[in-house]
Amino acid sequence: MIEFRMPSLGADMEYGTLVEWNVKPGQKVKRGDVVAIVETQKGAVEVEIWDDGIVDQLVTEPGTKLPVGGVLAVLRGENEAPLAPYTPAPAQAARRERISPAARKRAAELGLDLERIAPSGADGVISLADVERAAVTAPRAPEDKSAAMRQAIGAAMARSKREIPHYYLGTTIDASAALDWLERSNRERPVAQRVLFAAVLLRAVALSLKDFQELNGFWSEGRFQPAAAVHLGVGIALRGGGLIAPAIRDAGRKSLTEIMTALSDLIQRARSGALRSSELTDATVTVTNLGEQGVDMVYGVIYPPQVSLVGFGRVAARPWAVDGRIEVRRTVHASLSADHRASVGHRGALFLGALERLLQEPEKLA
Amino acid sequence: MNPERARRALLDALSSVAPEADYEHLRADRPLRDQIDLDSFDFLKVIVQLHDVLGIDIPESDYQKLATLEGAVSYLAARAGTGSGA
Repeated sequence: MIEFRMPSLGADMEYGTLVEWNVKPGQKVKRGDVVAIVETQKGAVEVEIWDDGIVDQLVTEPGTKLPVGGVLAVLRGENEAPLAPYTPAPAQAARRERISPAARKRAAELGLDLERIAPSGADGVISLADVERAAVTAPRAPEDKSAAMRQAIGAAMARSKREIPHYYLGTTIDASAALDWLERSNRERPVAQRVLFAAVLLRAVALSLKDFQELNGFWSEGRFQPAAAVHLGVGIALRGGGLIAPAIRDAGRKSLTEIMTALSDLIQRARSGALRSSELTDATVTVTNLGEQGVDMVYGVIYPPQVSLVGFGRVAARPWAVDGRIEVRRTVHASLSADHRASVGHRGALFLGALERLLQEPEKLA
Repeated sequence: MNPERARRALLDALSSVAPEADYEHLRADRPLRDQIDLDSFDFLKVIVQLHDVLGIDIPESDYQKLATLEGAVSYLAARAGTGSGA
């Protein structure tokens, strides 16, 4: 028997609410299949399964809020006989609200948190009337949600600052060559296929990281575990507040056009709430591009269990010394926040140097 | 092109990308990006939508002409008027 549990979709997640099942008992599944939709503090996520097998029982009903690790379903092997009925641990069962199906549907439509609706009947079951009554008095979920998201981000960042000995490095890079090259190549592209400079920066980071594996991976169980591929987390601001950092998988092997396609897709799905669970858990390093909001530089907080974060400030025309003269060049400030347990400042500095050199040879970024 | 049509197309594109912004009180002479939360990805979506709706291909070198609402409207009206759009 394999227990399929509520995944932790990032260091800041404590609970998830099952929205719907995409599978039925008896159905064959394989690793990577999207089997359920789970609502988190950061929106709805398509949850993938990590094992092959046959769905034996769906333990959790849609609408149920479960802690990370709570059992959602049980699988059996292909040659295994059907399992005996599964009983979840009492702590998990206690979180199940008793509610009529019509009331559950209405509460979901109204965006109400079931935990905040009190049943009025003697049977302790939340009725449709209870939901309608709660709709008048209870705070709406969107307000709750952004507070919950802030709290979740705060908890993850507090953990990061408590546990990770950060060191910070920064350098200003002449981005003129890369921008000129990009603008030339964008003139050849249809409008809808233009590439953003943000994608060029992501590609440059992914390529530069290949020689610095101590910056790419996880700190877990008291040691650094380097990652084989660069899954590049991208900080994406959500409209209405909040931040999410899903990964562009295997960014080191993607061309610039592929990175741009992946980035567009990720931003749109992050904002519409259709990310996949693996995208929220796989990032081996994260890039933040707060320069988009107009700041000159950003030194980010590492997202545990990752060990580094690269930040880019605003691209702007600035004075720049060239051969003893001042010229106006478009420059960008790049920073590295890194975990001193996994790497030393000397290597971090070499990484930023490699990034800077690569941006002077943009044809290598195509 | 009639500036009113350009203005409507621009506001439609902006509000589909950033629906939460306050368009009632938008100052026409102030930078759009100071008033509407737009990153480069959002801005590209606006450019793509303007291309689809008005048939105008706006090169990156002209992006700065779209910094304010009034600047953008006169740019779009002039560009569409010259027939240089696709």
